[in-house]
Amino acid sequence: MKPFDLQRADSLTHASQLCSERNAKPIGGGANLVDLLKLEVERPDRLVDINRLPIAGIERMDDGGLRIGALASNTAVAVDDDVRSQWPVLSRAILAGATQQLRNRATTGGNLCQRTRCYYFTNIDQPCNKRAPGSGCGAIDGVARLHAVLGTSDQCIATYPGDMAVALSALDAQVEIASANDRHRTVPVREFHRLPGDTPWKDNVLEQGEVITAVTLPKPVSGRQIYRKVRERSSYAFALVSVAAIIDMADGLITRADLAFGGLAHKPWHDPRIAEALIGKSPHEALFDKAADILLEDAQGYGENDFKIPLALRTLKAVLAEATGVQL
Amino acid sequence: MPITVNDRTHDLPDDPRVSLLDFLRGHLGLTGTKKGCDHGQCGACTVLVNGMRINSCLSLAALHDGDAVTTIEGIGTPEDPSALQQAFVEHDGFQCGYCTPGQICSATAMMDEIANGWPSDASAELTGEIKPTPEEIRERMSGNLCRCGAYSNIVQAILATQEAQS
Repeated sequence: MKPFDLQRADSLTHASQLCSERNAKPIGGGANLVDLLKLEVERPDRLVDINRLPIAGIERMDDGGLRIGALASNTAVAVDDDVRSQWPVLSRAILAGATQQLRNRATTGGNLCQRTRCYYFTNIDQPCNKRAPGSGCGAIDGVARLHAVLGTSDQCIATYPGDMAVALSALDAQVEIASANDRHRTVPVREFHRLPGDTPWKDNVLEQGEVITAVTLPKPVSGRQIYRKVRERSSYAFALVSVAAIIDMADGLITRADLAFGGLAHKPWHDPRIAEALIGKSPHEALFDKAADILLEDAQGYGENDFKIPLALRTLKAVLAEATGVQL
Repeated sequence: MPITVNDRTHDLPDDPRVSLLDFLRGHLGLTGTKKGCDHGQCGACTVLVNGMRINSCLSLAALHDGDAVTTIEGIGTPEDPSALQQAFVEHDGFQCGYCTPGQICSATAMMDEIANGWPSDASAELTGEIKPTPEEIRERMSGNLCRCGAYSNIVQAILATQEAQS
């Protein structure tokens, strides 16, 4: 591990200042970051310990929504009474990821910022445009089982690995971000992560010196909430495909279809055209096929991950069938 | 602030790169906590921090000032084992024993989590009482690998301890 300077932040402003200097990064639990430090995939000059900042709470907001502090652990969020009863897709997504030991240490802000598990990214002997810009992408013509089929570029086909953010995307959560000079901004989760394009080293829209302070959920909505994760083994594995869904019906018609997908792209995938195709319709298999066609019309496999395209189709149809009571 | 380990206080290391695992083993000589993969995948390094189980390999010691850590040495001794440790012996919950400290620390916290009503991915409902079925225990212990494959007996040891306590 490369030597670094560890500084403790006493306030958000202090944290932003410390993070904006040199090659600095904030550290919460470190569940992903410490691993990447050991692998020398991450080589910061400075880590900023933000664990003493008062941003670990979970509280209801006046509008009925929920404000989850960036330092709230994955466990704290998954077992929160309000989350379990009002936003169960978020509990389910978190519980589907990692292990209890990791969820106890992982924070909400850190989980959003976790890096891809692409084998080429985490092996410093391999080419990777995300880790070493300009070195090439080993995965495009290589081992690509975990990799993306949507929104890829000729620079990078890595996937965003997390589950929590997929549920947050379906729920249309917002990310609150602080930066130096007490400036704050709010970014929808759906726009927080980005596609690789020509700058695959940028996972998300955070700028140097910015620190996530909270994630907010809009007020609860009615409907079935489902998180379906398909993986190589039944516990402690990343998603090959996952679907987060909030589906509501009235008078036999679909009235809400908030869907997001994991394992398919460099970000939790959300396509508003899918909801447009489903809302106002009576649920049936041909309609579900149409929704899957919209999701996958631009999908491209890279050999080893070709299976993800039919797997995404079947997983989406299974979730829609479960939510609407249709027999496939 | 110093760190407390098994009710004794210690100063933290100067080098911020030292993991909690290396601090416990190398600096304090508490070698009951094991280094398996050193990357959070095997669970051999599991310890309790303020009562919560974590992978000590993925945590920097310097971030734990003021925390109370319990390692396997703080859970029981050969002369006075915890009920769970005794059950592991009775049910052959290990072969080589390398993963066992992590399994015991993990299962100790897991029983509290079940008592608190915290759901898992294997729980049919997110609320209500948790029944400690083999399926629940397997899911909740999935962060602790056993290369000898003593899983069936580990589950039996945990089930027996649960039943004795309820």
